[in-house]
Amino acid sequence: MLDKLDQEIIKLLQENIPLAEQPYMILANQLGITEEELLKRLNKYKEEGILRRVAVILNHREAGFKANGMVAWLVSKDKREEVAKILARHSATTHVYQRPTYPDWPYSLFSMLHGQSQAEVEEIVQELSELTGIDDYQILYSTEELKKTSMKYFIEEQ
Amino acid sequence: MDEIDQQLLTITQQGIPLTSTPYHDLGQQIGIDGEEIIERLKKLKNNGYIRRIGGIFSSKRLGYISTLVAMEVSEDRFYEVAKIINSYLGVTHNYRRNHSYNLWFTLIAPSQQRLAVILKEIKEKTGITRMIELPAERFFKLAVKLELDNRGD
Repeated sequence: MLDKLDQEIIKLLQENIPLAEQPYMILANQLGITEEELLKRLNKYKEEGILRRVAVILNHREAGFKANGMVAWLVSKDKREEVAKILARHSATTHVYQRPTYPDWPYSLFSMLHGQSQAEVEEIVQELSELTGIDDYQILYSTEELKKTSMKYFIEEQ
Repeated sequence: MDEIDQQLLTITQQGIPLTSTPYHDLGQQIGIDGEEIIERLKKLKNNGYIRRIGGIFSSKRLGYISTLVAMEVSEDRFYEVAKIINSYLGVTHNYRRNHSYNLWFTLIAPSQQRLAVILKEIKEKTGITRMIELPAERFFKLAVKLELDNRGD
């Protein structure tokens, strides 16, 4: 169970940590606890899987990954596992998810690919299509970013 | 961005240590002074390469529910609808995509019930009827980094 202090810690950590020699000391001071206590709790969240990591999050477009392709693959149930593993193994793939299907949306496996151009993404998709034997797919490019932010937890909604 | 910046971004995307002096400790690993790491990260952040340096939490482990939603929105109403959707705090990503389902957003909420309420509100406020919910049923891979070392430019 997360107590009030845990929630306060998460609310701070989901913003930016200071770029200073002892960033957690600064945050601990804001919270009114010791650096040791803060680090103890953070390491505990990490062990429990609540905190994936403290890390740099890139603006992918700025960092040179210009084409962001979500590829949805039409895969029969019996082949799903095998195909998902092939997709996941590719170095350009960042995520593979299985999602529900609908009469007008029969594509059950979603893989996210980052490339430097649409041509590069298409090349990778072609390669993956050959590797998996799946030739029915949709490449969905994000042609316009309408919102991109990190989730803010424990903040009252609207 | 020079080679050291690329190396630094590749490493810091995987994680910054949960220690008293994390930048110093990272520096020890890659043979750069902690001070220089801080200066380089500041610059990369100011130049817009870095969106955020902070904690990445598991919404699932925090008890939150998430889904992906695809909608078909006519061009004349596109931005009006996007604005309504974006007004929700739990909508973290929203993109136009090249399909008849042309608007795709992710929604995170503290409970299944709250998620359903938000989706119902969105439907009512936008009047959009062609909408599918695509929550992840299974997850196969989450790579923690992209190889920056092989960039072409």
